[in-house]
Amino acid sequence: MSYLIDTNEGAKYLLMGNEAIVRGALEAGVKVAAGYPGTPSSEIIESLSKVGKDMNIYVEWSANEKVAMEVAAAGSFAGLRSLCAMKQNGVNVASDFLLHLAGSGTRAGMVIVPCDDPGALSSVNEGESRYFARLVEIPLLEPGDFQEAKDMAKWAFELSEELRQIVMLRSVTRMSHASGNVVFGKLPVSDVHAEFKYDGFVLDPMEGIMISAPVDYRHAQQHEKLNKAREIFEDCPFNTYDGPDSPELLIITSSACTLYSREAISILGLKDRVGLLKLGTTWPLPPKLLKKYLSKTDKILTVEEVLPFLEENIKVLASEMASEIGIKTFYGKNDGTIPMVGELNPDIIVNALAQVIGIDYKPMSDEYANKAQEVATSGAPSRELTFCPGCPHRASFWNIHNALELDGRKGFVCGDIGCYTLAILPCGFSSLKTSHSMGSGTGIASGFGKLGGFGFDQPILSVCGDSTFFHTGIPALVNAVHHSSNFTMVILDNSGTAMTGFQPHPGLKVNALGDEVPSIDIAEVCRALGARVEVRDPFDLEETQKTINQLIEDKQGVKVLILRQICALSPEKKGKKKYEVTIDEEICLGENCGCNRVCTRIFRCPGLIWDKEKKVTKVDDVICTGCGVCADICPAGAIKRKEAA
Amino acid sequence: MTDIQLSKDPYNIIITGVGGQGNVMASRVLANMLVEKGYRVTIGETFGASQRGGSVMSHLRVSKSFNWSPQIPKGRADVVVALEPTEAIRVLKDYGNPKVKILSNTRAISPVGVIAGEIDYPSMEEIRKSAQELASDVWFIDATDEGLRLGNPILGNIIMLGALSGVGVLPMDREGFKGVISRSIPEDKLDINLKAYDIGKQMVKV
Repeated sequence: MSYLIDTNEGAKYLLMGNEAIVRGALEAGVKVAAGYPGTPSSEIIESLSKVGKDMNIYVEWSANEKVAMEVAAAGSFAGLRSLCAMKQNGVNVASDFLLHLAGSGTRAGMVIVPCDDPGALSSVNEGESRYFARLVEIPLLEPGDFQEAKDMAKWAFELSEELRQIVMLRSVTRMSHASGNVVFGKLPVSDVHAEFKYDGFVLDPMEGIMISAPVDYRHAQQHEKLNKAREIFEDCPFNTYDGPDSPELLIITSSACTLYSREAISILGLKDRVGLLKLGTTWPLPPKLLKKYLSKTDKILTVEEVLPFLEENIKVLASEMASEIGIKTFYGKNDGTIPMVGELNPDIIVNALAQVIGIDYKPMSDEYANKAQEVATSGAPSRELTFCPGCPHRASFWNIHNALELDGRKGFVCGDIGCYTLAILPCGFSSLKTSHSMGSGTGIASGFGKLGGFGFDQPILSVCGDSTFFHTGIPALVNAVHHSSNFTMVILDNSGTAMTGFQPHPGLKVNALGDEVPSIDIAEVCRALGARVEVRDPFDLEETQKTINQLIEDKQGVKVLILRQICALSPEKKGKKKYEVTIDEEICLGENCGCNRVCTRIFRCPGLIWDKEKKVTKVDDVICTGCGVCADICPAGAIKRKEAA
Repeated sequence: MTDIQLSKDPYNIIITGVGGQGNVMASRVLANMLVEKGYRVTIGETFGASQRGGSVMSHLRVSKSFNWSPQIPKGRADVVVALEPTEAIRVLKDYGNPKVKILSNTRAISPVGVIAGEIDYPSMEEIRKSAQELASDVWFIDATDEGLRLGNPILGNIIMLGALSGVGVLPMDREGFKGVISRSIPEDKLDINLKAYDIGKQMVKV
């Protein structure tokens, strides 16, 4: 049984921020939860799915974030507390529905948890979800530590119910994926009955119809809700101040930046000189509370990640109150005290504080810093990201690369989001030439495929993962078929949402709760849409390359090639070697072979290493997963594979 | 061993390695052992893309009173546990100081640039020398090789944890380890993990 459903009030655990949010939702009695996987948010729905049966919660991995939010909204409409979770760019996907949901309002408490990724540690963007809260006019909460992540998640449902409005609880990587001590509260015993009531007065929030029209009425209602939230936030225990009565400088911060700021004040010994106002409620800002603290000093430093959201909102309030609180000097992102891009850390805040207060601080002696830098340059070779040993994507891109080289017409690949985005690097033979949002490679290919009238004659391929196909690949493919675009869509089917930890998707026979469900056959969907469809195993190099060449020579419409091979890290494959791979050192000629060390220099699987002394390729048995593909790339036949016992 | 007091507060530990070595698991086990002893522990981790052949790092902040930031400030690591030897060297430029202690595995994992012959991997002697120049105490142990002898190279990270307990700077004990590890592994794997912990402890002589 998961420790997340420990019924002992007061039990203490070390929880990841995402788990703390889950515990808070459980203490609030959440009954419906949905999301789409994406780092750093995935553990929220995943943890809920593991306790779903025990706690009678409906949990699903939805086809995409918009559908997830819709599924969760149905729960709220039927009187069940509900949650949806996603990474920052998921909010973009869900935003159309979010706008309308904010207009219609909600019934039982509903919370959206976006997990932003400042610094793009596991993303290809530094998207901001906080602006969506302002844009669609809903309350925004941001926890500042792990205990608060739990407590605030629970409170978010109560707030949502009080306002009859969806509440955004925003986390960031260093909150979601960091861990800290959490004391558990009470787990409710709930007995709820779901019913959607619609036959009351049409505008009744609890028994009318759920719609964002009439817009003038509903929009005015929304503003009343925001005003009410503002009032509640004035006395909210999640907004705290720590510091002297009259600080030289006031730091205003929220989220993980609270921890960085506190540490920076401690490192510089400024506890008696600098005040720290930590806000848990960051939209709408409570004006009376801000007025009280802005009045304490003339210098304000706002510490936040990504965009200057807090900073600009504080400045608006400060200018409205200027006649009462006086003129302030603001430090933050806009004046360059805090960097505009990348994630923050204690050192960045130390530097900012030292600069504003006017003190010198060096974290290391120059002598040590120089020596450590010098030693790291020669002693710590850089680690370029690569596909895992045994990864089907390495074989797929090997095939694509070779087919395009053979074709010789400067063909290229349009990609999107997944492990296969790494194919922009040498590990994917630098085949990928565009990569944007989920499913966008196929949409872009659909556009390229219509440029023939302008003399465009390069072969076009798109790549798309199996989970991505369901997420946003289908509309792009529909568009391409309907418009008779000419390209080949390669679906890299590794049987799961692999990058984020093998969450199920509509192509699989099992759902988030472990129940057997109907699976949707990708090949049949594509055929039904009217595309020419081929299915191959990317580990069969000869057959796959031949097929790719045939497809890119076929100039009639959209072709779909499904390359099916399970991810090397998947639970059913991991730790099981199909082949024992060995090198025949008599046959491997190393540098003297005409192959230019194709296995280690070009194919670059981490399972193969170069033996500098013997000048031959060697298999690293700790790393090799036994896929056996390299045996087919060695022109001399020096790499041997035999079925593993 | 349980009477060991932390030499400073917060006490900062880095566990570093290459994606797939069990870095996250090792940091969770250690953190939970310290939480059981009544400490407040914050772990900061790198996930996601860095697992694909990249360097990974966990920061542990251990304190009597407070959950500190998930990132250790520059120059403030107290112990570096490296599951891969060049990763120990890599973290020192940001987090090292003359008093830092290093416990490192000796088993190299070649970056793809080294496999391709574009960059060089330093010799074990060079790595040892660099570590000794930059740290106050240094231990190198053949944890992966011992793990292989026990039947699974992944046990290397448990051997490293056992060795860390032998270094004698943290309040870690075998019972604490047993309590924590038994929550996260199947019962039939408990003995081999305890054995790995014991072997690790013996590999470090303080």
